[in-house]
Amino acid sequence: MQHTATALIELGAVFFGLGILGRLAWRIGLSPIPLYLLGGLAFGQGGLVPLTGIEPFTELASEIGVVLLLLLLGLEYSASELVTGLRRSWTAGLVDAVLNAAPGALVALLLGWGPTAALVLAGVTYISSSGIIAKILADLGRLGNRETPVVLSVLVFEDLAMAVYLPILTALLAGVGIMGGLGTVGISVLVISLVLVLALRYGRYVSAVVDSPDPEVFLLRLLGAALLVAGLAARLQVSAAVGAFLLGIAISGSTAANASRMLTPLRDLFAAVFFVVFGLNTDPSAIPPVLPFALLLVVLTTTTKFLTGWVAAARQGIRRMGRARAGAALIARGEFSIVIAGLAVGSGAVPGQLAALSTTYVLLMAVIGPVAARVVEPVAHRVVNTVAGARS
Amino acid sequence: MERKSPKIEGVDVTVTPLPGLGTQQEFTTGSGRRIGVITHRDGRIELIVSDAQDPDKICAATELTGEETSTLANLLGAPQLVGKLTEQQREVTGVTTWQLPLVPGSPYDGRTLGETEMRTRTSVSIVAVIRNGSVHPSPRPDFVFAGEDLVVMVGTTEGLRAASEILENG
Repeated sequence: MQHTATALIELGAVFFGLGILGRLAWRIGLSPIPLYLLGGLAFGQGGLVPLTGIEPFTELASEIGVVLLLLLLGLEYSASELVTGLRRSWTAGLVDAVLNAAPGALVALLLGWGPTAALVLAGVTYISSSGIIAKILADLGRLGNRETPVVLSVLVFEDLAMAVYLPILTALLAGVGIMGGLGTVGISVLVISLVLVLALRYGRYVSAVVDSPDPEVFLLRLLGAALLVAGLAARLQVSAAVGAFLLGIAISGSTAANASRMLTPLRDLFAAVFFVVFGLNTDPSAIPPVLPFALLLVVLTTTTKFLTGWVAAARQGIRRMGRARAGAALIARGEFSIVIAGLAVGSGAVPGQLAALSTTYVLLMAVIGPVAARVVEPVAHRVVNTVAGARS
Repeated sequence: MERKSPKIEGVDVTVTPLPGLGTQQEFTTGSGRRIGVITHRDGRIELIVSDAQDPDKICAATELTGEETSTLANLLGAPQLVGKLTEQQREVTGVTTWQLPLVPGSPYDGRTLGETEMRTRTSVSIVAVIRNGSVHPSPRPDFVFAGEDLVVMVGTTEGLRAASEILENG
């Protein structure tokens, strides 16, 4: 009894604290993710409040957080949106992948962490935060802007890239060699194509399995199906995250829309726990040595994402100011960078410093992204005026 | 970007999917500004107008409820209706369309269309009534007038003058 009481108090304090942090973050127009990470760092080794006795719950809750994050990522776009997105924006998508994965990979190699860590860090710096970006676009009233479909199509491409990237990463982290890795590439491309075809042709059957007019039944079936698929995927040495993601893609139409509406609050809860646990497992004393590299990555990948947006918008005939807005909007990194780093650190196949580097990097990018999106217009105006002033 | 351009009333409407969010439908006005509607996945509707300086950017966006969208559509559509009627009747010599307000406190405020005996007294036809922005076409004799209704009538100038007198003073 005593134990349960302590656990409830601790858990309550954590959630309440996160609630206050989240409120604070949205007040100042930022994503709460960096504050959750900081919260985790504070609770962790030598932190303010050492948490004992709730680890079994928080560990499991953070796993569920990852499953829900990926399930909702899969639900976000319908299979047809993914396919048209792939067809229409693959050039911009490739530019995005090359420009933004390279800095992460190079820094990991520079640090002598090896090829697997290079692949991990490439993923961390590549993937933008669709959560933060969608929020920024809505908050700043930019949904109707002409660069917005360009920004969204880049995100759609990243979404698909994750479907190929995650299985490969999981295989490499499990210690499969290069040849085995290539085999996994083949299998994952095959599986994702199969899931897409399945979702396009028979999406309504997959949806019918989980769908129900009764919200309670629907929620239970949905969550049950997600955890079952994730668990089975984990058993088969494919990561749980990948399974949940593919299930998300396979569920389509109105079922998908209802599912994401219903699961969003649940995801926010468990994902918050996931960020805190990631922060908890990061040793704060490991941050100072990797700080210069984190800053280097911040500068490099802010530039490369900005370029990606600029180029993608230019290809659609959008003017300079719109290109600048597209570039700035894409800068934010967040939840999925942490998911990738979490998978890697959890497997033990990469150095522990990678967690410290990823935490620092995401802390900075999740703050810089929204700020950049906000200030890009005044800054661009000033630059234009200065250039014009210098000319006259 | 997939953009389909169906023509509505001779104007090219561009349909752009917003993956994960919804669909955007818009057209460019003669003055070069984009006007459109974003339909969110959850059914919310947003009206957007582009900036005069930067056509890529929107300067106004406002969310509308279902009732508000139909009110707006009717506000914009009502003058069109009168315009079209006038256009059609131009061929017929001596016949015009008038749009007259029924002032609150008029003898017919709260009474039926039939009671005005408009057709018998002035040979004017009441073809539509616009109330709160929505059009009630071909109102029947049992249609009950209310203050601030706009009554759309077709007839001779003389007849319409008489009709206006009737609506005002009985």
